[in-house]
Amino acid sequence: MHPHDPIDEMQPATPGTLDRREFLKRVGGGVVVLFTTLPRFTLAEASPTPLPSEPAFNAYLRIGEDGRVTCFTGKIEMGQGVITSLPQMLADELDVAVGMIDMVMGDTDRCPFDRGTWGSLTTRVFGPELRAAGAQARRVLLELAGEQLSVPLERLEVAEGMVFDRTDRTRAISYAALTKGRAIARDVTTAAPTKTAANFKVMGNSLTRRDALEKVTGQAEYAADIRLPGMLHARILRPPAHGATLEQLDTSAAAAMDGVRVVQDGDLVAVLHQQRDVADRAHALVQAKYAVPKATFDDRTVYEHLMGMAPQGDPVAAGGDLAKGEQLAAQVFEETYLNAYVAHAPMEPHAAVASMEDGRMTVWASTQSPFGLREQLMSVLGLPEDKVRVITPFVGGGFGGKGRSGQGVQAARLARSVGRPVQVFWTREDEFFWDAYRPAAIVKIRSGLTADGAPAFWDYRVYYAGARGSEQPYEIPHHRTVAHSRGWGGPPGSHPFATGAWRAPAANTNAFAREQHIDIMAHAAGIDPLAFRLQHCTQAKFLGVLKAAAEQFGWKPGAGSGGQGVGVACGIDADTVVATMAEVEVDRSSGQVSVKRVVCAQDMGLVVNPAGATIQMEGCITMGLGYALTEEQHFRGGEILDLNFDRYELPRFSGLPEIETVLIDSQDPEPHGGGEPAIITMGAVIANAIFDAVGVRLFELPMTPGRVKAALDKLG
Amino acid sequence: MKQIIEFTLNGKAARLETEPDRPLLWILRGELALTGTKYGCGEGLCGACTVLVDGQAARACLYSISDVAGKTVTTIEGLAAGEQLHPVQQAFAEHDALQCGYCTPGMIMAAVDLLNRNPSASDADIIGGLDNNLCRCGAHKRILEAVRSVARNSSA
Repeated sequence: MHPHDPIDEMQPATPGTLDRREFLKRVGGGVVVLFTTLPRFTLAEASPTPLPSEPAFNAYLRIGEDGRVTCFTGKIEMGQGVITSLPQMLADELDVAVGMIDMVMGDTDRCPFDRGTWGSLTTRVFGPELRAAGAQARRVLLELAGEQLSVPLERLEVAEGMVFDRTDRTRAISYAALTKGRAIARDVTTAAPTKTAANFKVMGNSLTRRDALEKVTGQAEYAADIRLPGMLHARILRPPAHGATLEQLDTSAAAAMDGVRVVQDGDLVAVLHQQRDVADRAHALVQAKYAVPKATFDDRTVYEHLMGMAPQGDPVAAGGDLAKGEQLAAQVFEETYLNAYVAHAPMEPHAAVASMEDGRMTVWASTQSPFGLREQLMSVLGLPEDKVRVITPFVGGGFGGKGRSGQGVQAARLARSVGRPVQVFWTREDEFFWDAYRPAAIVKIRSGLTADGAPAFWDYRVYYAGARGSEQPYEIPHHRTVAHSRGWGGPPGSHPFATGAWRAPAANTNAFAREQHIDIMAHAAGIDPLAFRLQHCTQAKFLGVLKAAAEQFGWKPGAGSGGQGVGVACGIDADTVVATMAEVEVDRSSGQVSVKRVVCAQDMGLVVNPAGATIQMEGCITMGLGYALTEEQHFRGGEILDLNFDRYELPRFSGLPEIETVLIDSQDPEPHGGGEPAIITMGAVIANAIFDAVGVRLFELPMTPGRVKAALDKLG
Repeated sequence: MKQIIEFTLNGKAARLETEPDRPLLWILRGELALTGTKYGCGEGLCGACTVLVDGQAARACLYSISDVAGKTVTTIEGLAAGEQLHPVQQAFAEHDALQCGYCTPGMIMAAVDLLNRNPSASDADIIGGLDNNLCRCGAHKRILEAVRSVARNSSA
C-alpha cells in the first residue's frame, strides 16, 4: 500500500447511494456476483433479506441466461490493455473461453461505484478481487449443476462453460442452461478459492488485444466521435494566461454568423455551431481583453521560486543517526537535481458530449474517473445522483492527465444553457493550457562513503515531486528521507498552473536523483555501478532484476569511451521492481544524445498477460525518453509558451532505441502494477550512460542538447 | 459562397454543397460522419488525421474541401475491402501495434502510403516515413514491427 497513492490527490469520488436491492433490480436475471476492492465487508452469503443499503461492492459480474459472462466495472480502457487482461483472469476462474466474456466499463448507470483508473491499481488490487468473484460464480454454478445432475460436487468438472460428471462425461449441463430463469446474487466470500498458477489455462499466456479490430478499422468510438441529433460543437474561450481576468468581451461578430450561438455563463464563454469548423471560425472573431497579472517567475527561475516557498518536510523513512554517519564518512557528496514541468499530451485531447433529456444529464467523456466526473456534475448542476450519468467510451490516452474532467463539466453547463446536446473537444492548445502538469521539482541529496568505499549516510529531501518512490532500497546504516509535499499538487501560489499525477508520479523524479547519486558514489568508490548496487542492496527482487538486466544487456564494466557509454538504474513502483540498462551515444559538438539500446528487467509478480505487460514496458521506455531528453513546458508567469507539437517535443520513431524486455519468472504469486514501473528509471539510466560516455553529469531534466553541451563546455 | 464539390470518397461518389475553404477534417468528421479520422493538433504536426488523397498521405486538417474536388479520398473506414482487412490493418492487429488506438488510423494510413510508394521499405525508410506521426503510448516498436512485416512479405 502506497501511503501517497494518487487516489489521494485526484479528487476522489465518494460512493453513491445506489443500494444493492436497487442495483440487482437493474441487473436482471442470471447469476450475479458482487465484489469490492474497498476493504471487504463481512457479508452473510446469499442473505435473502434484509440487504445492506450501503454499496458493499464496487464491481460485479453476471453469467447471463445465454451463458455469456459480463463484467461491469468503473475502470476504463485508455490503452493499458485491461480490456484484455481482466477477461483473461475471469476466463480461468470460470472455465470459459475469453470470447464469452464482455466488459462494460466506466458507465455510472450500469457499473457500480469505482474511484478511477490510475496508480497501476487495476491489475494489482482489482485483479485478485475479480478472480475471487469468478471463483465464487463458478462455485454457485457447480452447486446448481450438482442439484440438477444429482452428482456430488467433488465429481464435477468444468470446461468451456460446460459442467460435467468426471465419471460419466455424458452427464453434462451448460452454464447457460444452469442460469436460465434464475436470479441468484452472491457476494464474494473467502470460501471459494481461486486457482493456482499451475492450473491457469489463459492467464500467463499472451493474448492479442481484444479491441484491435475496432481500433484498426476506425470503428472504435472515443468521446468526440459521439454524434447526437441537434448537437452543437463548442469552442471555449481560453484566457491568454492562467490567473488572467476577463475585462472586455465583444462577441457580436461571432454571434452574427449564421447558426452560431454564444454562451456566457460566468467564467465560461463559448461559441457554438452545428459544425466544428464554423464554431472555430466564429471563435476567431471574438474580441476579448484580459488583465494578465505580471509574471514573477518563468521556467528558468522557477526552482528559486519554489525553494523560496517550500513547504515543511515530512519524514518518509529514517534509520540510524545522520550525525554518526557524517563522522564515518571519508567522502561527502552533495548535489541538487531538477526536473521541468512535463505535459501529459495524450493524442486524444479532452472531449465530452453532454445531453440533457427529461431532466437527466448524460455525459460521454474521455476521463479516468467517470464517478469523479459524476460527482462534479451533481455539484455544479445541482442534480441528484439518479439524474446524472457518465459514460466512458474508449479513452485516447490518459497517463494521469484525465482525472479532472473539466471538459465534461463545460459540456454539461453548455448543454443546459442551449437546451441541446453539446460537444466540447479541446484544441491541442487548450489541452496544453489546461493540463495538470507533472510539477517542476527539486531533490537535494547529501551522502557519504566510508574510507573503504561503503555508503555511510544518506540525507534525502524531495521538494514538490511527491513522496512516491523517494525511499532508497540500499543498505545504508544512517539515512533519512524527507518529502516536502507528499503529493504533486503543491501549496497555493507555488505553481503557475495546475499540477497533477503524471505516469508513475514522483517516482520518475526520485529515481532520476537517487540512481544518479548512487552512481556518483560508486564512481568515487572506484566500483562498477552495477557491482556497487549488487553489493549494497539485499532485496531479492532488486538483485534478481539487476542480474537479469545485466545478463540480457551483456553488461561490461568500464565500457564507456569515444562518446559511447552505458548506464544502469533500478527502482520500485506500484510494488513492481525494475532494473534498466542503456547504451547511448553523445555527439560532443552538438550535445545531442542518441539512445541506442535499452534493456529492462521487471519483477511484477504474477504476469496475467505477458504480451500486454511487455507492451506496457515498451511504452514506458519509449515515453520515458521524452521526459529524459526533450519534454519541458516553457512558461512566463501563467502564460504557457509551448502550445503544440512544434514546440513541445514528444518521442518519435527516429529516437527509438533497440528495446529488450525481460519479465522475471517471479516467486511472488500476487500481480503488481505494470503500466508505470518501467518509466521511472529512464531519466537516471540515460544520465548515467551520458556520464559513462563523456564524463559529465546532467543534474537537470530534460537533458537537452543545450544542457549537455553546456556541461561539456564547463568540463573543458 | 457555397460551391458544389464532387469527389470520390472510399470508392463512392460524394457530392457536397458547402463553402470551399472548410477543412477536410471537419467535413469528414461532421457532415460525412466518418469519425475514424482523428483530430490531434490542427496544424499537421501529429498525423492523427492522415487520409489518402489520390493514393497519397495527406493531413486532413491542412486540406480544404475544395482541394479534393475531383480527387479520390480514402479514410480508415474505406481501407478494408469489405470484411477483408488491408494487410497493414491486419499487421497492426497481429503485432499489437496499438494501445489507446487514437493515433492508429492516421498511423495506418501513413504506413499504407509509405508501402504503396516503396513496397519493400527498409527500417530506415519506415522510420523516416512515420517520423511525423506521433504516438504517446509508446507503441513505436510494435508499429515498426507491423509495418516491417508487411514490407518483408511484399519483398519476399
